Amino acid sequence: MKSVIAENLVKTYDKGNVRALDGLSLDVEEGTVLSVLGPNGAGKTTVVRILTTLLRADSGSASVAGIDVIKNPEKVREVIGLSGQYAAVDEILTGYDNLVMFGELYHLGKKQAVVRANELLERFSLTEAAKRPIKTYSGGMRRRLDLAASLIVKPKVLFLDEPTTGLDPRGRQEMWGVIQELVKGGVTLLLTTQYLEEADQLADDIAVIDTGKVIARGTSDALKKQVGGERLEVVVEQVHVAKTMEIVAAVSGHKAALDEGLRLISAPVSTGSAALFEVLKALDSAGIHALDVGLKRPSLDDVFLSLTGHAAEEKKEEIAEKKRGRK
Amino acid sequence: MSAVNDIYIITRRQLLLLSRVPEVLIFSTIQPVMFVLLFRYVFGGSIDTGQPGGYVQLLMPGIFVQTVAFTLAGTASGLAEDMKKGLIDRFRSLPISQSALVIGRTLGDSLLNIVVLAVMGIAGYIVGWRPSAGLANVALGFLFLLFFGYALSWVGVLVGLSASDARVVQNVSFIVTFPLTFLSNAFAPTTGMPRALQYFAEWNPVSTMVAACRELFGLENQFGATAGSFPSEHPLTTSLIYMLIIMLIFIPLSLRKYRNYAD
Repeated sequence: MKSVIAENLVKTYDKGNVRALDGLSLDVEEGTVLSVLGPNGAGKTTVVRILTTLLRADSGSASVAGIDVIKNPEKVREVIGLSGQYAAVDEILTGYDNLVMFGELYHLGKKQAVVRANELLERFSLTEAAKRPIKTYSGGMRRRLDLAASLIVKPKVLFLDEPTTGLDPRGRQEMWGVIQELVKGGVTLLLTTQYLEEADQLADDIAVIDTGKVIARGTSDALKKQVGGERLEVVVEQVHVAKTMEIVAAVSGHKAALDEGLRLISAPVSTGSAALFEVLKALDSAGIHALDVGLKRPSLDDVFLSLTGHAAEEKKEEIAEKKRGRK
Repeated sequence: MSAVNDIYIITRRQLLLLSRVPEVLIFSTIQPVMFVLLFRYVFGGSIDTGQPGGYVQLLMPGIFVQTVAFTLAGTASGLAEDMKKGLIDRFRSLPISQSALVIGRTLGDSLLNIVVLAVMGIAGYIVGWRPSAGLANVALGFLFLLFFGYALSWVGVLVGLSASDARVVQNVSFIVTFPLTFLSNAFAPTTGMPRALQYFAEWNPVSTMVAACRELFGLENQFGATAGSFPSEHPLTTSLIYMLIIMLIFIPLSLRKYRNYAD
């Protein structure tokens, strides 16, 4: 069963001048994790805001847990959890205060809210900091508390909008650990990220979006395959470049590419280390000494580059989107 | 009623925030008390009121009204702050009554006004403020002041939700409240103003509020060019009409703004 369905969502800002979403469609199978991957300005936050009822799409339809987002926003709010880019908790209040308040707003009743708050603080290793105001927390602790707040009532679908943006590497690792725990528990999760590694680590499925549209969809491995499996890379002295290109092309069976600045010659290969061995042997008999040689598995950066023709970069739309989103 | 419960929780949050940062409460009261002292002792000597008890009797209602008028700024900057931190998104994604956050905010700010007015009343008493009316009328006057602050709080909601930056909120709030409080009868009799200003001052809701409070506290109001006009004859009724108009306009506008604030 599909827990999230979005069809042909369109959202424009500034009287139609900025198209944040341009016919975006996606879906999330129940109990799985979908990562929406894209650069800033691609429309990630906008799609999350529409699915969580914070924003109305200009056109298109969407449902969460079978409930129409546009017709029944109140019902949708009962089954979702949302944790955004900015840890949205009261800084002046303590972690405990925040969770109890949100628990009460979920109509748990004071007693239940206290029990649940303590459970969550324990689970996210925040018990020690429970009685301190949030403003004394580290970035990672704030995000964990924000995540805890979105889990007070076990949501049917959880939305995490760039959960690790702005965290230091350690905070990011901790956050990943927490999210992986959740995933093991069988939550349905839609996660946006601009970190290719994050999508790779956490998601079953990846939807790559750019300029408001999904441009590719599949598992991490499938996307990598789409770019063409492994590549053989060799770096040599300038004088050997031409000869090495011939050798690499012969082994690969494809035209070799050259990065002139790095003197890096590369070509796709399908036989893995056997191809590597062959190239080394051929270089050796030609009297060429390779400065560096290796097999490179494509990163999601490569995926993005080959899908969009440009690297993941920030664009004008994001500025408009951010302005709106933060207001 | 779950909506009532939601509003109650949000209002309580507001008070909890106050208790965690007592400075806010302290500074919210220091400023008006400072105004009481400044006006009482700096201008008080040179303004001839022709009323028993001297300038302080006229001044206190004026300062009470000015103080509650600043609720507008308080509500606006509080909401702007919540927006900046993404808290409004969180509240809007919860299965709670969609108006609870703003209603709770306005109620919380009114509760703060109770404390501030109480402190000011005591400060006024110390410097010689003695309302000559009975206790019931004085209490009614304070109730009136709270109601006025509450109405303006809804203007603050719209200002806070519309502004792009917390600093803009401060500026807008001051631009709205300063002329209104000073182009009025709050601190000096309007009889000395140019004729055109006298008309403005007489119809200014701040003036009608001040006049209404003076009446309730047992003073007689003085009028120049505008003597006999409706607001000067019926300040209480006029003020009530103003408050109702403000709320009828700004509550629906603010709630709509809140529901679609990102669109």
